[in-house]
Amino acid sequence: MMAEKEGMFSQKNKRLLLDPLNDDNPISVQVLGICSALAITVQLKPAIVMSVAVLFVLIASNVIVSLIRNLIPSRIRIIVQLVIVAGLVILVDLVLKAYLYDVSKELSVFVGLIITNCIIMGRLEAFALANGPWKAFLDAVGNAGGYALILVIVAFFRELLGSGKLLGYEILGHKGKTLADSTGLYHFGYENNGFMLLSPMALIAVGIYIWIQRSKNRKLIEA
Amino acid sequence: MGDLLNLFVKSIFIENMIFAYFLGMCSYLAVSKTVKTAVGLGAAVIFVLAITVPANYLLESYILKPGALGTWLGSEYADIDLSFLSFIMFIAVIASMVQLVEMIVEKFAPALYSSLGIFLPLIAVNCAILGGSLFMQQKDFGTITESFVYGLGSGIGWLLAIVAIAAIREKISYSNVPAPLKGLGITFIITGLMAIAFMSFGGIKL
Repeated sequence: MMAEKEGMFSQKNKRLLLDPLNDDNPISVQVLGICSALAITVQLKPAIVMSVAVLFVLIASNVIVSLIRNLIPSRIRIIVQLVIVAGLVILVDLVLKAYLYDVSKELSVFVGLIITNCIIMGRLEAFALANGPWKAFLDAVGNAGGYALILVIVAFFRELLGSGKLLGYEILGHKGKTLADSTGLYHFGYENNGFMLLSPMALIAVGIYIWIQRSKNRKLIEA
Repeated sequence: MGDLLNLFVKSIFIENMIFAYFLGMCSYLAVSKTVKTAVGLGAAVIFVLAITVPANYLLESYILKPGALGTWLGSEYADIDLSFLSFIMFIAVIASMVQLVEMIVEKFAPALYSSLGIFLPLIAVNCAILGGSLFMQQKDFGTITESFVYGLGSGIGWLLAIVAIAAIREKISYSNVPAPLKGLGITFIITGLMAIAFMSFGGIKL
């Protein structure tokens, strides 16, 4: 039912796409989907793979639920949504196992946990059940984008500071046995901060991100 | 017996759902404003984890595992591998168990229901619950007792974490936190510090 005619990229639709990147970010503002965001940000590569997986599952499930939203009885909607999401996640899991086996091993249970990723259930409940497929698609792209943004930023700093690498390449030079053997920054006595690789730093890194975001964007500050 | 105790302590402290794996963070952050509600949600999580992990263990070892059907249906089913179905089966068991538990508690313990009731539906989508089952599958437990102890321990660890953060958040509302850090930001940083403290349990063996 399209009551009012709207352009594909009207002002309103653009907001659906862009708001979740900053003002309405799923992680730092809506507080959704934190579980997986923290656990897989030790390195950049799994973070990117996870973002793509969530992007796919969120787009597909948002569009599917939005298409059948008038057919789902509201009492059993949670189970229907869970089944749709679980089916899509199985697809993702099998694809990862077939083509990116080492990353899939690294992500371990967190691929399965996309099913209970609150971003997906949250967007299905809050948006897809009340809006048409095209809007649901934009909303999904925006929210998955906001999720990916934080994952990539946190993983970037954790991998760079923790192991001096990005995507496995040694950015800061090679660390040899002695100073003379080493190249790049290590030549001058730089050491990796191993603490960045431990799980508590993920929490603190997200905390700092929120701090910076909110001091730039003061309307997000909680009373 | 010693192994079970070891597993129990390990799942509470060392492999704490929140501090080591960040599972169930969404409800951890959303429902930790007061200690009272935190205790309610924590108790519901213990309850559901202690039921769903053993239930999914049975499902895993008698139906889903490669060759599991062969052990009780006869050898012609022995090479069937249903493990790709495990996500969908686990989540279905969890969702229906939560519904069942909700109905049973409502019927037989109305007092408990009025304190737990609103949290139970939330739990179906709590990552800690599905996470418990997926870790159970990964750890490949030998007996149903082990999986029960693991579920119970993980639940207690989760309760401990959410009650601790709720108590700290109650107190911190009186302190002078920088405005942009207020609420969510400081909660993340405190959780990080608590996780560092919990890391000191690493390596404990009974």
